[in-house]
Amino acid sequence: MTGLQQYDLVILGAGPAGMASAKEASEAGLNTLILDEQPRAGGQIYRNIGRPILQNRSILGEDYYVGESLLAGLAQASLTHISNATVWEVTGDNTLCFSAEGMSRQVGFKKLLLATGAQERPVPFPGWTLPGVMTCGAAQILLKSSGLTPVEPLVIAGSGPLLLLIACQLIRAGVRVEGIVETTPTANYGRALKEIGGAIKGWRHLLKGMRMLNEIRRSGVKFYKCATELRAEPGSDGNLASVSFRKGSTLHQLECQTLLVHQGVIPNTQLGRAIGLEHQWDEVQQCWKPTLLENGCSSHPDIFIAGDSAGIGGAIVAEIQGRTVTNEIVQQLGLKGKKDSEIDSLRKELADQLAIRPFLDYLYRPLDMFLRPQGETIVCRCEEVSATEIRGLVKQGCVGPNQTKAFCRSGMGPCQGRQCGSTVTALLADELGSNPSDVGYYNIRFPIKPVTLGELASLSQPAQDGTVK
Amino acid sequence: MTESVRLNRGSSDVAVIGGGLVGLCIALGIQKQGQQVTVYDEGDVALRASRGNFGLVWVQGKGDNLPEYARITRLSAQLWAGLADDLTQHTGIDIQLQQRGGLFVCLSESELQKRQVILEQMAIEHPEGYPYEVLDLQQLREMIPDIGPEVAGATWGPEDGHVNPLYLMRALVARFESLGGKLVNAGRVSNIIPQQGQFVLQTEQGDFSCNKVVLAAGLGNKELGPMVGIDAPVFPNRGQVLIAERVRPFLHYPTGHVRQTEEGTVQCGDSKEDVGFDTGTTTEVLAQIAQRATTMFPLLKEVNLIRSWGALRIMTPDGNPIYQQSKQYPGAYLVTCHSGVTLAAAHAGPIADWISTGSADSAIDLEKFHGSRFQL
Amino acid sequence: MAADFSFNRLPCNERAEVEITIEGHKVIALEGETVAAAVMHSGLRPTRTTAVSGTGRAPYCMMGVCFECLMNIDGKPNTQACMTEVSEGMVITVQQGAREIGGDRL
Ligand SMILES: Cc1cc2nc3c(=O)[nH]c(=O)nc-3n(C[C@H](O)[C@H](O)[C@H](O)COP(=O)(O)OP(=O)(O)OC[C@H]3O[C@@H](n4cnc5c(N)ncnc54)[C@H](O)[C@@H]3O)c2cc1C
Ligand SMILES: Cc1cc2nc3c(=O)[nH]c(=O)nc-3n(C[C@H](O)[C@H](O)[C@H](O)COP(=O)(O)OP(=O)(O)OC[C@H]3O[C@@H](n4cnc5c(N)ncnc54)[C@H](O)[C@@H]3O)c2cc1C
Ligand code: FES
Repeated sequence: MTGLQQYDLVILGAGPAGMASAKEASEAGLNTLILDEQPRAGGQIYRNIGRPILQNRSILGEDYYVGESLLAGLAQASLTHISNATVWEVTGDNTLCFSAEGMSRQVGFKKLLLATGAQERPVPFPGWTLPGVMTCGAAQILLKSSGLTPVEPLVIAGSGPLLLLIACQLIRAGVRVEGIVETTPTANYGRALKEIGGAIKGWRHLLKGMRMLNEIRRSGVKFYKCATELRAEPGSDGNLASVSFRKGSTLHQLECQTLLVHQGVIPNTQLGRAIGLEHQWDEVQQCWKPTLLENGCSSHPDIFIAGDSAGIGGAIVAEIQGRTVTNEIVQQLGLKGKKDSEIDSLRKELADQLAIRPFLDYLYRPLDMFLRPQGETIVCRCEEVSATEIRGLVKQGCVGPNQTKAFCRSGMGPCQGRQCGSTVTALLADELGSNPSDVGYYNIRFPIKPVTLGELASLSQPAQDGTVK
Repeated sequence: MTESVRLNRGSSDVAVIGGGLVGLCIALGIQKQGQQVTVYDEGDVALRASRGNFGLVWVQGKGDNLPEYARITRLSAQLWAGLADDLTQHTGIDIQLQQRGGLFVCLSESELQKRQVILEQMAIEHPEGYPYEVLDLQQLREMIPDIGPEVAGATWGPEDGHVNPLYLMRALVARFESLGGKLVNAGRVSNIIPQQGQFVLQTEQGDFSCNKVVLAAGLGNKELGPMVGIDAPVFPNRGQVLIAERVRPFLHYPTGHVRQTEEGTVQCGDSKEDVGFDTGTTTEVLAQIAQRATTMFPLLKEVNLIRSWGALRIMTPDGNPIYQQSKQYPGAYLVTCHSGVTLAAAHAGPIADWISTGSADSAIDLEKFHGSRFQL
Repeated sequence: MAADFSFNRLPCNERAEVEITIEGHKVIALEGETVAAAVMHSGLRPTRTTAVSGTGRAPYCMMGVCFECLMNIDGKPNTQACMTEVSEGMVITVQQGAREIGGDRL
């Protein structure tokens, strides 16, 4: 397409992966654009790091403030950085559309780096749609960007390292936690131990985990291990009133006004799906991820992926990948990249950082009730479709999620399947006696974020410099 | 694998290849006659016009180059209420049929005039009467207060309507299965072998046999037709469709470009591109559709688009259906059209009867739809 | 507004204050925070009712992926409150079911 602003590299996402990439790209002399839908760079882990809001730095801990140096790197980089810019379409002919301040713009790129990060795994269970139930990550976002803590009484339920971190952060912030309901299944511990070799290599992470557990123990907050049958109950006003669960043979009920839930994070694949990139099912991490070459290249030769959107590895991995993948891009564009020795040492660091993953993935594999819900549990929050309804459609001849979508609207609401996609696939696999790989995933369509018809219409009028209003 | 060792997985009176709207309607119609029908379809991802269409039961202007097509279209529109009642009554699924009439909105005087000429001509060709009206902007505004000021006018067809095509599919499957019909997602039928008055269908999951076979495989008919001696020169024509979020009801009648579903979502569409088998969307076309839709209904400017898709129409060179029995292999039929929603009731009724009984309803001259017309 | 649902504000670094209106009540928000955060601080719950069944919902993910935070912001229905920053004088109301279009006439 002619007349569009052209870039050597467009980076989507200004989290650790995107920020690290931006620095490399600008140092190599690439004409680079970085876009992020957040008002400020940082991504999920370093959200709002440019203007930390909490007076007490110990609440979020030093791992948060580490992000300041990455941000400084981005600030010094010579490139174009547009915030509040939501990318809603990428086309095969190397152009993309983004919406910023109610206006859509199209730009062209030679190479594209998707560094769009992760989202928390959807956690369907009875009552998860009640006002008052939110994700642990959501509570952390409120803490990082507004200095807010949830209304008490508060219960935290779920599994995973991020849950422990956020519990610790809230406890440090002085929040009274009624209980932490840990749903990690007993059987996981045995399975994870087989991966202990990797865990020992990643001992730093292991140590952090133990410190967090200790911190929780010392705080005196009640810790219910191996809980099952999680259920949130409404009060007469329709808002969350209590949470119940089973531990051993005892049924517990805790009154609460906030319930924070979490079952790990999964790659944000929405954009890659809509572009039509190849994806594969990761049985260990129980999620979809893009199929990538070792150099980070997707099934489209000009589209690369780094960070958690390439597969969950955490912030440090994201940062290293941001650098290595950008180096590859720099070289493919015919410029001089890093020395081989430098790349080798980055690769080694990457391997070390990833060593603990199998242990964590097996340990924190969610309880079956969250992966394959039953009964009236809502699966599609937008269109309010239950697990029973989805399961029942198999009897009507549906063999895949695109057929169930057509039959019951699951996945057709504004979230476009982000909250139900993985569950619907799992339910169909369950009913058909096959596996997610064979069942497949929703066809995701543009726009991946809502854009008004007026804004879209304005793109039909050619304008100079690709800006249209 | 040689034919003799391939597993025979079952047999039926009638096999319908293709589980889209066309195949399901015909299968339902024949099953209702008491014959055992099996529908063979592909898996989750396939080219399917039936899942990507606009949901119009549309009469006005259809068949401007073939009066017989206009007749079967109107017949189907008349039979539609009966089909909808039957489906809702037996499956409990409300397929949201509304036939209160429809509008074809024109943005320019010349566009309106062209429409008018077509419809006038059709009225002459149909001595039985061909109802329509031409509305100027003022008259149109009385029907739709939110119509945009740049609109020239519209043509009104009292027989037009719309339906929820996805619920229609779901209801057809449920009704067909409740009558004992079988749906087999066995993947592509790769070969049809006529054998002593019967047919053997080869699939990834083994062979199936039948006495009659109906080719209703949409674009797949091009490949399947010659296996039973029928030439089906169908080709894809892409349409892109936009879906905007649910809004309060504002559009009481479907239009050729924009319609509001009963859920409240707004669909905009009607692009026609010759792009092969690409079901993608393009910014340019989507933007044009949005431009047209927001000119017709300016209040849509602020509404969020939440999804878009491309789907392939199944076109014939003259745009009209093919209904044909094989001369070489009697018992093999081919059915294809590019208005499978509109013609659903005709397919489930007279067309299914024609296939199950072997003789056509006198109301329609099916010879007019023979594929031999393309060999001239 | 049921004050008992309000999220608590910890001691914060210096920020300009912004006055906004939530469901007819004037409240103070911090410059740079999202509408969803301000709404949680105000204690409003639920923040929308669904178009399908009319049940109440409230922000769930705070990062733009669940669309539970849809509200009417400055007259613009179905706006993601967790992706919109507050600004002086903003008027925010609960999103009741399907959105309105074309102003009051409908
Ligand atoms: C809610 C949440 C909280 C987390 N908190 C922590 C934590 O405290 N500690 C920790 O170690 N790990 C945390 N994680 C894990 C986190 O994913 C990684 O640690 C790290 O942030 C991954 O970095 P990244 O660069 O790959 O992606 P992210 O940091 O997630 O950055 C991706 C960026 O892409 C942007 N983006 C996505 N889609 C689009 C689009 N279409 N258009 C424009 N921009 C887009 C997003 O706004 C985001 O800023 C959290 C994850 C989540 C989901
Ligand atoms: C954008 C768009 C808008 C439209 N709008 C309208 C409208 O408003 N009103 C209207 O009346 N019509 C409309 N149509 C047309 C309508 O959708 C089609 O006429 C109708 O769906 C055709 O149905 P079908 O069953 O022939 O084809 P399809 O729906 O394509 O089904 C064919 C089926 O056959 C299967 N198949 C193919 N090959 C094989 C094989 N070898 N073995 C086994 N199975 C096979 C496929 O998997 C598929 O399921 C529209 C079409 C499009 C694309
Ligand atoms: S709270 Fe999930 S999108 Fe805003």
